[in-house]
Amino acid sequence: MENIIEAKQLTKNYGNFNAVNSINFSVKKGEIFGLLGPNGAGKTTTIRMLTGILSPTRGKVNIGKYDIQKEPIKAKQIMGIVPEMADAYIDLSAIRNLLLTGELYGVEKEKSFKKAENLLKTFKLYEKRNQKVKTFSKGMKQRLILAMALMNDAEILFLDEPTSGLDVESVRLITNLIREFNQQGTTILLTTHNIKEADLLCDRVAIMNHGEIIAIDRPELLKKVISNISSVEVSFKKLIKEEDLNFKEITEIKKTGDKFQLYGKEIEEIILSLIKYSQKTKNEIIALKILEPSLEDIFVKLTDKK
Amino acid sequence: MKFFEQIRRSFAITKKDLSIYYLKGSVIIQGLLIPAFVFISFVFKRDMSLDSLIPGLLGMALFFAVSAITPVIIPWETRMRTFEKLVSSPVYLWAILLGDIMASVLFGLFVVSFIVLAGTILLGVEILSFPLIFGIIIAAFCFSSLGTLISAPPADKPSDIMLIASLIKFPLIFISGVFIPISEMGQFKILSFFSPLTYFTDLARYSIQGVSYFSPVFNLMVLLVFTTVLFFLAVKWHQKSLDKRF
Repeated sequence: MENIIEAKQLTKNYGNFNAVNSINFSVKKGEIFGLLGPNGAGKTTTIRMLTGILSPTRGKVNIGKYDIQKEPIKAKQIMGIVPEMADAYIDLSAIRNLLLTGELYGVEKEKSFKKAENLLKTFKLYEKRNQKVKTFSKGMKQRLILAMALMNDAEILFLDEPTSGLDVESVRLITNLIREFNQQGTTILLTTHNIKEADLLCDRVAIMNHGEIIAIDRPELLKKVISNISSVEVSFKKLIKEEDLNFKEITEIKKTGDKFQLYGKEIEEIILSLIKYSQKTKNEIIALKILEPSLEDIFVKLTDKK
Repeated sequence: MKFFEQIRRSFAITKKDLSIYYLKGSVIIQGLLIPAFVFISFVFKRDMSLDSLIPGLLGMALFFAVSAITPVIIPWETRMRTFEKLVSSPVYLWAILLGDIMASVLFGLFVVSFIVLAGTILLGVEILSFPLIFGIIIAAFCFSSLGTLISAPPADKPSDIMLIASLIKFPLIFISGVFIPISEMGQFKILSFFSPLTYFTDLARYSIQGVSYFSPVFNLMVLLVFTTVLFFLAVKWHQKSLDKRF
């Protein structure tokens, strides 16, 4: 499949500070590609360079067949963007915001109106279409901003933290719509802090830290790299303390609610010790699960190492 | 074709600016009252005829109306996180700035039309002539370009830019022959040559009183040069400061 986004030697310096340091990656047409990384890793700067909002200090970005530096208008014409913490015009109504976006992308008036109405219905904002955006909740605003990014039938969607700080209902709606638009052929590049979301949505992810890409692959293949960090999740009928599980086979214990996540090299040994402990203390095991490494484990391991 | 498409997109920004920033009762009243009060306070109890007052009032009203809001739009939109969305759309930066400028020009023309109407109907002063109509339009673009240039430093607090705007705008009013004709400014005359408002006020004086320091054609040409230079500088400076806004 052809590449629709290509970043070559992409670099952004602010004085002596390297915000993004010579990164290379490409996104194939129809993919959902995730950029993961801790705060300050350079994700937003990268997305801003890819979308022509910032000019790179060095390097090149191709969007479709266009070089974003040389043909910014043509490149921007085929993308839709949801910048991080972006806002719509709060003194305009939802429909006016959409129609304004349509005009900025040169969408024909009649088509723009129909598209705006359809998007308002899709994003469950139709009833509030004539209300000023200042009366909207954060979730409603974010849905509107995503709808605005779709006004031009974008081939590529850039979403910078699209679900950050939203209520569960809005997150679910937006996540489902991202999948739906992708199934219709839209390529999606998103940044997120939510690793589970990236794991569920993305075909490939790049993990960024200190302005560099430190890993890039399919989530499942990344997980295989550190398959030695499998763990056991256990829950007992009577609540116990972390110190009670102080077995030599266990190298790390994480308490998650009423459960414990236990790490160690020999999973079987850990399970045997747990069974012995349960029989000895007459405390029944009510749940026991072997957990494969999550994308979060990869993320923590890779970004810690750096 | 591409150029006209960009102009069309500029108009979308103009419409947006007019509905969000200009077409509000308080802004319209302020646009009319501020120049009127400043002007009245300076001409009060001075022995001046109506036709010598109107050119100054016209210049000041246009200058205030056109340059009042333009400098704060971009800092405000940077703060509200709408400017990033605008910059990411397929519209050149010059077209975004032109959209903002056109909105203030339309607002300026609206405010000035009140003074022209009041002068003509109520006070019986003949105001409009072809050179003055051209002058008003060019000067509106010129003053608005100045306002856009003032907004170029990458501030996201409108109050920071308002301070810079006041530091530039108020001295310009005093050196531009608004209250005293250029010929009576003595040794300070040379300062007036650096202000675009000088050439508009002089043009208005010619149209209303029939006397001026420079010829109307010269005034129009200088206003055109000022407009081109200020717009060019505004685009260049905004381009340079764009990276620092985000």
